[in-house]
Amino acid sequence: MSEQLQAPSPLIPIPRAPAPEIPVPAARRDVQITIDGKRVTVLEGATILDAAKTLGIETPTLCFLETLTPVNVCRVCVVQVEGSRPLVPACSRKVEEGMVVWTDSERVRLSRRVVLEFLASSVDVSTALQLQAYMKRYEARPEKFGPRAATVVQPPKIDNELYVRDYSKCILCYKCAEACGVDAQNTFAIGVAGRGFHAHIATEFEIPLTDSACVYCGNCIGVCPTGALMGKIEYDMRAAGTWDESRQTRTETICPYCGVGCELTVHSQAGQIVRVSSPLDHSVTQGNLCIKGRFGWQFTQSHK
Amino acid sequence: MDLHLNAAKASAEERVAMDAALKQLESSPGDASLTVTSDGQADGNVPTNGLPTRSKRHLLLPVLHAIQERVGWISPGALNYASLQLGVPPAEAHGVASFYEKFSLAPKPPVVARACDDIACMTRGAGALCAELERKLGPAGKPCSLGKAIWQRSSCLGLCERAPAALITAAGEKPRERVIAPAYAESIASAVLDAATGKLPDEIDTLNAKVSVPQDGRSQLRLLRRVGQVDPASLEDYRRLGGYEALRRAFEWGPERVIREAIESKLLGRGGAAFPAGKKWEAVHQQRESNRPHYVICNADESEPGTFKDRILMEGDPFAVLEGMTIAAFAVGAKRGYIYIRGEYPYATQRLEQAIHAARAQNFLGEDIGGRGFTFDIEIRRGAGAYICGEETALFNSIEGYRGEPRNKPPFPTQSGLFREPTVVNNVETLVNVPEIILNGGAAYARIGTANSSGYRLFCVSGHVVRPGVYELPFGPTIRDLIEMAGGVGGTGRLQAVLLGGAAGSFVSPKELDTPLTFEGTRAIGATLGSGVVMLFDDSVDLEQILLRIAAFFRSETCGQCVPCRVGTIRQEELLQRLIARKPLGSKEQESALLKEMAQAMRDASICGLGQTASGAILSAMDRWSLFL
Repeated sequence: MSEQLQAPSPLIPIPRAPAPEIPVPAARRDVQITIDGKRVTVLEGATILDAAKTLGIETPTLCFLETLTPVNVCRVCVVQVEGSRPLVPACSRKVEEGMVVWTDSERVRLSRRVVLEFLASSVDVSTALQLQAYMKRYEARPEKFGPRAATVVQPPKIDNELYVRDYSKCILCYKCAEACGVDAQNTFAIGVAGRGFHAHIATEFEIPLTDSACVYCGNCIGVCPTGALMGKIEYDMRAAGTWDESRQTRTETICPYCGVGCELTVHSQAGQIVRVSSPLDHSVTQGNLCIKGRFGWQFTQSHK
Repeated sequence: MDLHLNAAKASAEERVAMDAALKQLESSPGDASLTVTSDGQADGNVPTNGLPTRSKRHLLLPVLHAIQERVGWISPGALNYASLQLGVPPAEAHGVASFYEKFSLAPKPPVVARACDDIACMTRGAGALCAELERKLGPAGKPCSLGKAIWQRSSCLGLCERAPAALITAAGEKPRERVIAPAYAESIASAVLDAATGKLPDEIDTLNAKVSVPQDGRSQLRLLRRVGQVDPASLEDYRRLGGYEALRRAFEWGPERVIREAIESKLLGRGGAAFPAGKKWEAVHQQRESNRPHYVICNADESEPGTFKDRILMEGDPFAVLEGMTIAAFAVGAKRGYIYIRGEYPYATQRLEQAIHAARAQNFLGEDIGGRGFTFDIEIRRGAGAYICGEETALFNSIEGYRGEPRNKPPFPTQSGLFREPTVVNNVETLVNVPEIILNGGAAYARIGTANSSGYRLFCVSGHVVRPGVYELPFGPTIRDLIEMAGGVGGTGRLQAVLLGGAAGSFVSPKELDTPLTFEGTRAIGATLGSGVVMLFDDSVDLEQILLRIAAFFRSETCGQCVPCRVGTIRQEELLQRLIARKPLGSKEQESALLKEMAQAMRDASICGLGQTASGAILSAMDRWSLFL
C-alpha cells in the first residue's frame, strides 16, 4: 500500500532489479615454495620458472617465450618437484603452496643434457647460439649417438624474397606456429604436420609461402630460437660470409608507416640495414611487427 | 578469422562424400545439440581459432574419414573444402590429417591391405606371411592389382588371439572393410583381388567366442558372461540376461550413492594406468554446480600391442559398454558421451553403432531415459591410426579436431578435459565392471580378488600358448595359473619369456611365473599389468628381434611433440640396430649405459606415458637375459 504512494522521484532513479554484481577477480594470494633449499614467496599463478627467476636461478628454455603461451615441448626447463614421479616443466607448471623444487639435481642435469644431445644430434644448431651455450653448460656430447644418427637435414626453402625457412635447423619448438596463430598474427599459414621424428612445420600440402595464407609479417622469424627462420638478407650475408654481428649497430626508432607506434630496432652493418626487430617487452608490439615495419625499408638503401 | 584457401577445388565426388558426412553428423542425436561452450582458454599446445562456438572443428576427424573412405586419399581440394565447411585453417587441417596413419595425403590406391607384423603376429608366422605376400603382390608400399591396391606392414591390429592378422579397407561409394584372421597370403591376396574388382562382400568379421573366449567354466564369468551367449545386436537378449538392471538400480540410488559404491568397490581403471574409477567420478560430480557441461568418454582406443579384450567386449556385448557409460554419466551429471574407438576396429564400431541405435529406439539413450528426467546420448568417434590417441588428453585433442598430441597435466581431465570441461575417461573394461558393482554393491565387489586389486580382470593371452584368447579371472591367480588355463605353452613348449602389459609393459622370465597377476604382485617384481597383456615367447624366438620391433613401434607411434620422446625413440631403435648387427659404438657396455641414460631422460622428461614407458620393456629384457653378446 505504502509502496504505491511513494512515487519514485524523477531525479533519483530507483533500480528495478538488484544491480548486477560485477565479478571482482579474487586477489592473488601469496604462495610460498622452496627452490634448491631456499624459500621464496611469489603470487599465485606464477610458474616455477618465474619463482626461480626471483631467486636468480637461471633456467634454460628453448620453446618458452614471455609473449607466447607455453607449449612445454622442448623439456629443457624440467625441474624436480618432490612428490611428482616425472620431472615437470618449469615454464608452465604453476607454483603450489609448499612445493619443494630442485633445479640442479642429478636427474635434472641428466634430462637437460640428454635433451640437448638429442636436439644437437638431429638438428643443425650452428646458428642456435643460446642452445650452444646450454650445451656447454650441461656438457652435452651429441656425437655420442654416432655418425649415422638420423637427422632432419633437408634443403632450405627459399620461395619468396623476404625470408628463408631452413628446417634443417628447426628444433620444433612450435613458436613460429604460435606466432602465426592465436598468440599473435591469427593468420594460420603454418602449422605442425606429420608425426614423430618427421613432425615438422608446414603450410598445407607444403605449398610455397607465396600460395599460402602468409602475410609476411615475419613474426615467426622474430620468435625462432635457432635461425631456422631468417630474413633473406641475413641468410645471403651468412652464405657470403659477410654477416658479422660484432660490427652491427642497433638503433631504436618508431615505425614511420602508420599511427600505431611500433618500436623498431634497426640492425645495421656497414651503413646498411640488415634486419629489423622489435623488443619483446614493448607495450605496443610485444615483439610483433607487420610486413612494412619488418621488411619495408629497402627504399632507404635504393640506388635508383 | 578469414580463411585463406589456395586454388585447389574438391571434386564432385569429394564434395558429396563430405556433405553427406556433415549432414549425418549434424543430425545425429549425439552431436546435434552440441555447443562448445569452452571459453577457448587453451594451453599453448592447442590453439583455438576464432570463437569456439562458431567452430565445427570437432567434426574434422569424421569428415576426413569420409573423404578417405570415399576416395582413398585426401586431396588438396578436398582439404580446402573441409576447411571451409568447418572453419579450420587449411594448414591446421593438414596438420591434423597428416597426423594419422590411416589418412593419405598423396594419391593412393583405393584398396589397402594392412598385414600386422607386430610382436604377437611375429610368433605366429607374420614374417613368413609378409615374405609370401611380397611374392604374390609385390613389395610392400607399392601398388599392385593393376594399381588398384597396395599392401603394407602394420603395427598391432588387436587381433592377437587369431594371429597373424590383416585388415583390408576399400575406398569407394560403398566403402568396405574386412578383417582376416588368421591370415594367409592366399586369403589376403584373394580378398585384395575381390576388393579391387568391387566384389568384396559387406561383411567385416565375425566373433567366434569359442576361439576368442576359450575359457572353461563359463558360468562363473561375469564380464564375459554374455559374450557368445547373446545376439550382440539384440537389446532384448541383453535385457533377458540382466541388462539395464544396474541402470535401474542406479536411478533408485541417485548419483551420490552410485559414486559411493564405486569408490567402495576399489575399482581401478583397466586401461593401464590403474587410477581409482570412483575417484574420477567424484571429482567430476563435485563440479555439478558449476553449470559447465560434463562429459563421459569411453576410451576404446585399445592399441597397446597384444591387447584385444576391449574389442571382444564391444563385439560381443556392446550394450554393457553403453550401460556402464550411462551409469557413469548419471553419476557425474553428463549429458553427452563419446566412445573413442581405434580406427582398426571396424567390426566393433559397427556393433556399437547398432547398439546405440537400438538403445535410442527404446529410450535407454536420449531424453528422459526411463522416465527419470535424465538425458544422455553417445557419439562414436573413430580414431585413424594413432596409438597416442589412447592417452586421454591426446584423445580430447583428437575429438576436438586437433592433432592428437597429449596435453601437459595438470590440469587433469576431471577439471579440464574434453572441450576444457570436466570429463570422466574410463576404459571399456572398466565400464563393463560398473553394472557388476551396482548390482552386487561396492563392498561385495571389493571382497572379490585381493586387498589391493579388487574384482575381475580380463587378460589378453597370446603368442606361444595353446589356447590364446581373452580370459577372465578374479584377481589372485598367478601367471603360471593363467598359462595352465590357456592350455600351457605352445610352440616348442619351452617357455623363454612372457611379456606383461604390452609394449609399454615389461618382460618376465620363466622363473617369475608364480607372480600373482595383481597390481601389487606385478609391481613387486618391477613389472606392470598394464592393459592385461600376457604374451608368451617360446625358446625359438629371437628376443632381440622382438625388442627391435617394440622400439620400431614406439618410434613410429610417438607424436613427436616433445624432444625426449621424438628423438629418444629413434635413437633407441638405432642403438638396438647397432647391437643386433654386433657393431656397437665403443663397447656393448657403453651402448648399454647410453640406453639407460636415454631411458632415464625419456622417463623423466617426456610429456606423457608413451615416452615415459618406451624403454621399459627393452630394459626389462636386457636386465633378465644376456642379449646382444
